[in-house]
Amino acid sequence: MKAKSIKGYCRLAACLMLVFSLAIHGDQDVSKQQLLLNALTNLKQGSMAEREQAIIQLADNGSSSLTILQALLDGQLFILKSDDSLVIGADNNQGYDIRDAITGTAKGAVERTDVGKINLTNKLRASLRKIIGQLQLSSDDPAIRLAAVKAMGNEEDESALAILKAREGVEKDETVKQAIKVVFLLKDMNSGDKALRINAIDALKEVNSLDVVNRLNAMVEKDEAGNFVESDIDIRNTAKAALININTRLQLYSSIETVFFGLSLGAVLVLAAIGLAITFGVMGVINMAHGELMMLGAYTTYVMQQLMPNNLAFSVLLSIPAAFVISALVGIAIERGIIRFLYGRPLETLLATFGVSLILQQSVRSIFSPLNRSVATPEWMSGSWQVNDFLSLTWNRFYILVFCLIVFVLLLQILKRTSLGLEVRAVAQNRNMAKAMGIPTSRVDAMTFGLGSGIAGVAGVALSQITNVGPNLGQAYIVDSFMVVVFGGVGNLWGTLVAGFVLGIANKFLEPFAGAVLAKILVLIFIILFIQKRPRGLFPQKGRAADS
Amino acid sequence: MNRISEKLRKLSIVGAMALLTVASGTVRAEDTIKVGVLHSLSGTMAISETTLKDTMLMLIDEQNKKGGLLGKKLEAVVVDPASNWPLFAEKARELLTKDKVAAIFGCWTSVSRKSVLPVIEELNGLLFYPVQYEGEESSKNVFYTGAAPNQQAIPAVDYLMNDLKVKRWVLAGTDYVYPRTTNKILEAYLKSKGVAKKDILINYTPFGHSDWQSIVADIKKFGSTGKKTAVVSTINGDANIPFYKELGNQGISAEKIPVIAFSVGEEELSGMDTKPLVGHLAAWNYFMSVDSTKNAAFIEKWHEYTKNPKRVTNDPMEAHYIGFNMWVKAVEKAGTTDPTAVQKAIIGVEYPNLTGGTSKMLPNHHISKPVLIGEIQDDGQLLTVWQTNTLVDGDAWSDFLPESKPIIADWTAPINCGNYNTKTKKCSGQNF
Repeated sequence: MKAKSIKGYCRLAACLMLVFSLAIHGDQDVSKQQLLLNALTNLKQGSMAEREQAIIQLADNGSSSLTILQALLDGQLFILKSDDSLVIGADNNQGYDIRDAITGTAKGAVERTDVGKINLTNKLRASLRKIIGQLQLSSDDPAIRLAAVKAMGNEEDESALAILKAREGVEKDETVKQAIKVVFLLKDMNSGDKALRINAIDALKEVNSLDVVNRLNAMVEKDEAGNFVESDIDIRNTAKAALININTRLQLYSSIETVFFGLSLGAVLVLAAIGLAITFGVMGVINMAHGELMMLGAYTTYVMQQLMPNNLAFSVLLSIPAAFVISALVGIAIERGIIRFLYGRPLETLLATFGVSLILQQSVRSIFSPLNRSVATPEWMSGSWQVNDFLSLTWNRFYILVFCLIVFVLLLQILKRTSLGLEVRAVAQNRNMAKAMGIPTSRVDAMTFGLGSGIAGVAGVALSQITNVGPNLGQAYIVDSFMVVVFGGVGNLWGTLVAGFVLGIANKFLEPFAGAVLAKILVLIFIILFIQKRPRGLFPQKGRAADS
Repeated sequence: MNRISEKLRKLSIVGAMALLTVASGTVRAEDTIKVGVLHSLSGTMAISETTLKDTMLMLIDEQNKKGGLLGKKLEAVVVDPASNWPLFAEKARELLTKDKVAAIFGCWTSVSRKSVLPVIEELNGLLFYPVQYEGEESSKNVFYTGAAPNQQAIPAVDYLMNDLKVKRWVLAGTDYVYPRTTNKILEAYLKSKGVAKKDILINYTPFGHSDWQSIVADIKKFGSTGKKTAVVSTINGDANIPFYKELGNQGISAEKIPVIAFSVGEEELSGMDTKPLVGHLAAWNYFMSVDSTKNAAFIEKWHEYTKNPKRVTNDPMEAHYIGFNMWVKAVEKAGTTDPTAVQKAIIGVEYPNLTGGTSKMLPNHHISKPVLIGEIQDDGQLLTVWQTNTLVDGDAWSDFLPESKPIIADWTAPINCGNYNTKTKKCSGQNF
């Protein structure tokens, strides 16, 4: 099984030598022009190895090639089939808006089939990133410069280090400067000079960098024969002391991370459960179709994205009210059509709503196909917030956490401050008395159910950003939702919030020790035992309302 | 427009099936050779298996256009086991006793195959199984046209080890039989190659797992030691999308920690947002993107048959293509559809596969296949980055598990056994 790529490496080496020798000898203008043309042809038709050559040649051309290389990395570099020229295309959902890759002049819009994309492999992508890093080291944006330094930092390549050294002198941004310093300190750590090494270790112990941790760990390790990798005892001790220093910080950040994971899982649970807390908790309706109402919300997001493909971010925001309205209307229809005939008969309600859930699932299957639909994540929700090397928080989870809290506060305000809220609470406390006071209870029932369903739809929008949008989406969350509501205490919104976060955090703290499967089981066992002890949940309703 | 034509297509298939069943009532049984198609058309597995049913109908249709088999027309008998494992056994019995089919093409999950096995052996039927699986099985009545572990998992690990210089390994899988067995084999294989225990991280998650934060954070930490790390993923179905999304969000790119998947193919990719997947790897025996005349012709026929130029082809489809044609050749060679005769005749039968080689049915009822490794592109296609120079023979019993190392399967005389111990020289019968 001889691999094909060895040949590629040889070619790469040969071409590197070629580029190098050309750079040394004169005739730069002529050969450069020629090289550039060759490079572009190779980029178009060449094999992967030839493309790699071409990229290096383009990089040699300096920053003017940056747009082409960046487009190549982003998968936006195409060959226009009609005239075989290189173009950069921006997706406009019907096809691409293209412009010439070399001159940059716009060439209008084309169909998807009119252009052929230039493919990349991981090896090419890695070298592209490195080259772009070098070219971007003088960019105006400190964040780009920082990324460039990080991309170059792992290099053993002397020329790259020389470029970095030069940059350090003129760099004004503190973070970037620090990053460059770390690169050189790491290099010092491997030097032959003992004093320099100890100084470097001392300086590095205050730095939050995984590279540093790895290097230090390697220093205090023993090899297979039982001897220390690092022979000098002073250096070993300094390294050990530095590691202790760093590890305390590492521990702290990793617990912060776990808490964040727990909160974000909790936020998803709360979002899924809070609609149910109203329909089940306040109204006492066991709504098995609750998950499918969330599914409708997720599909609304999908449809909204199909309707306005050019504005992803806006379409997600607009999906929130749309999903609320659609799910609420479906909820009201369910209440008016089925549930209102079944008040006080929980078993029948359960069966009837289960039937509704099957109907909703199957209709989605028939309309949208049984396959999962792909919902794109807007730019501002992807990626993560890199606090430092030890801690990064993913944006989508962060926004969902914030979103969950906003929804919770809004809901609380609706129940507390609006007349609908007052009526809902009155009916929940004592239906007959409320009726006697002139509250139209059946209308309130419908509105309450609609509110709960609408919230479920809004939760579906959030779920569409983290999981599959498919007919089975609801089923995955229905059990968890009931669990949270029952654990928190039926009829208490605060209980739902606390229960969701507690379960999320407990799950995430158990997971590293027990594994995902066992953690789930342990949490479930805990809830069963808890309910045995306190059947009304964390925050039981007190007073007369609870007894009725 | 597309949806309408899709519906029309479905309608026409239903119509054709109805016609077929009506026709089968009037035409005498001897006039046609019946072929059973046992794939779920409803339930959770319908996503994957419906395509294979269409593939079989296309292959049978094509054979009939060529004049049928032994002078008779072929007739498809399609049943729906509805992703319900015991129902697979019932439907298989129905196909063999009531419809008297000459061969069955079907099953996807290992558990459905295990459920059909006793029936097929009792009634001496033939089953062609087209999906990659965990091995450790060889039945007289089953032909495994998908990949055994040594035709997918082991070469994939070889590629990562030799070409990408991977030193640390994460084996992540869904918690059921295929990932568990595959990971057991891979762990033993890695250890035999000198990988230390601390450099292997094994992780199992429930079906449909959607909260990957801590696991991905663990993988990130595991991969940050400076040694090249890769993830070997046997994660199944729906759990893949949140997994890759989380990888992307936590900033793990394919260049830093590549993920190689054994269950993600063109069909699965067509329903995913491919942005976070670009550059990750998949190992199969066939890619739609393979540039060969046979493949181009197959894709064209598929598009023509389904009347949808966007339909993708995938690895299990190719397995059915090879399996069906091998069966046709074996029947022609034997001159009869009698299962015992076909079982004898099919061993050694060769048929060109779609990637340019010629696959052969081996005495252990597995076939020889090339192994391809591809990188996922953002159009949902896989770009071949590595492939074996020759075809790899499927091995029923893994050589890397101590308990199955001495065991071989050989359905030719004098051994004639699917579970033969070369040390004790004993055939221990079947092992379900």
